[in-house]
Amino acid sequence: MHIEIDEISKQFGTTAALHPVSLSLPSGALVALLGPSGSGKTTLLRILGGLEFPSSGRVLLDGQDATGLTVQERRAGFVFQSYALFRHMTVFDNIAYGLNARPRASRPPKAEIARRVTRLLELIQLPDIGARYPGQLSGGQRQRVALARALAIEPRMLLLDEPFGALDAKIRKELRQGLRDIHDTTGLTTIFVTHDQEEAMGLADLVVVMSMGRIEQIGKPQDIRSRPATPFVREFITA
Amino acid sequence: MSDTSLARKPARFRPATEESPAARRALIGVAFLGLGILAFAPLIAVFAEALADGIAASLRSLASPDARAAIRLTLTIAAISVPLNAIFGIAAAWFITKFDFRGKAFLITLIDLPFSVSPVVAGLCIMLMFGTNGLAGGWLATMGYPIVFAIPGIILATLFVTFPFVARELIPVMIEQGRSEEEAALTLGASGWRIFRTVTLPNIRWALLYGVLLCSARAMGEFGAVAVVSGKIRGQTATMPITIEMLYQEYLPVAAFSLAAVLALLALVTLLLKTVLEIRHADQLAATLRR
Repeated sequence: MHIEIDEISKQFGTTAALHPVSLSLPSGALVALLGPSGSGKTTLLRILGGLEFPSSGRVLLDGQDATGLTVQERRAGFVFQSYALFRHMTVFDNIAYGLNARPRASRPPKAEIARRVTRLLELIQLPDIGARYPGQLSGGQRQRVALARALAIEPRMLLLDEPFGALDAKIRKELRQGLRDIHDTTGLTTIFVTHDQEEAMGLADLVVVMSMGRIEQIGKPQDIRSRPATPFVREFITA
Repeated sequence: MSDTSLARKPARFRPATEESPAARRALIGVAFLGLGILAFAPLIAVFAEALADGIAASLRSLASPDARAAIRLTLTIAAISVPLNAIFGIAAAWFITKFDFRGKAFLITLIDLPFSVSPVVAGLCIMLMFGTNGLAGGWLATMGYPIVFAIPGIILATLFVTFPFVARELIPVMIEQGRSEEEAALTLGASGWRIFRTVTLPNIRWALLYGVLLCSARAMGEFGAVAVVSGKIRGQTATMPITIEMLYQEYLPVAAFSLAAVLALLALVTLLLKTVLEIRHADQLAATLRR
């Protein structure tokens, strides 16, 4: 889905988390929002997902104004920083949650839900963990379960908040490829937030560099590397 | 780094963070001693006094109409006020932990008010509000709904005194758990009520159970506030603690201690219930704890 961000700003009390920013993301792109903490990248992601309302500006999804849509209507698959898996439910029930939460009329029958969960567990390459609880999984497994849970609702876009933040270096590399594969298989417009420039450059088609609630530069990784637009970008990507 | 510190081995293995065996024994001993003097000995004394004239005399005193009315009244009061305070407590904890708003700290202080205000003062406040000369009481009494010296007043007093228990248990747990699971459920399309039922409530159920048990124990045992508003009408508004006090003042130790033993048993049953539930659901309990 094509995502258009039109002069979005966000105030928290007297502090501006986002100055008016505009951004156009092509359908099917894998986008990184890159910046140090406090740069407004997570706020922007949460506004896209409908978890925050912008103070001003509009969000257009496929050309339609989605600014006033509730989180539920937004249908954005969201992967949270610490994954936010439901710890009292099995992996299976976690992934099935979004399908079970649908109104009765559009809820798939039980067998269909089971079939879809099984397929998602295969997609994340953890076919045998359906009966386990999140507390019994490793960090990398939890991240993939969170991804599967977000994909189960057949989202219109995929939003990930620091998806690799809580993992060690070796697993990061593996899961990076995993996210790339899932993006390529599903063709979903995917946006992830990171403070790690190497991760952004290595994984994304399009990188949005942010600082202090402003967008510093938008471009392909190689363009940002070869032609940094501002001194901040130059310093941040060589750090 | 010196090699000598590595070479010097302790005489016996013990975890570095643990106290010496002597210190451990002393601490455990103090804990048992304190519990023994403050909790077990009085409890045993209550039962011993209750059975001083034999079990038959004890049971006979419990079968008297006044004692039976007191037991019935106390259980009724608890059955009404505990569910109400569970709902108030959940609502307050939910509101405080899931939303940001001005005056949050003030609201938390307000929840603690019943802990810091003497129950007698609380009872007097209810008298002022709902007594026959009170702000609302006169009118309600003429309408045929007397509040003080009647069951509604006792319920109000109990609600006030036991209000903090559930909220106090829930707030730290809900703060620790944060909002991210609820947010995740939102993004998955769940409605507010569904999120509460399937995510929030299961995550807080143990804290809720604990709060409810403490709340019921206190609701059954409350004396001060209830003593002011109840009017101590025997067989009508005298709860178990009030009846116990009256019997004791009338030099009827067997009757007083028999009723006291029943009250203590009720509290022990709630504790037992909690322990049984914890053992039975140990695996779920372990799974829901945050790592």
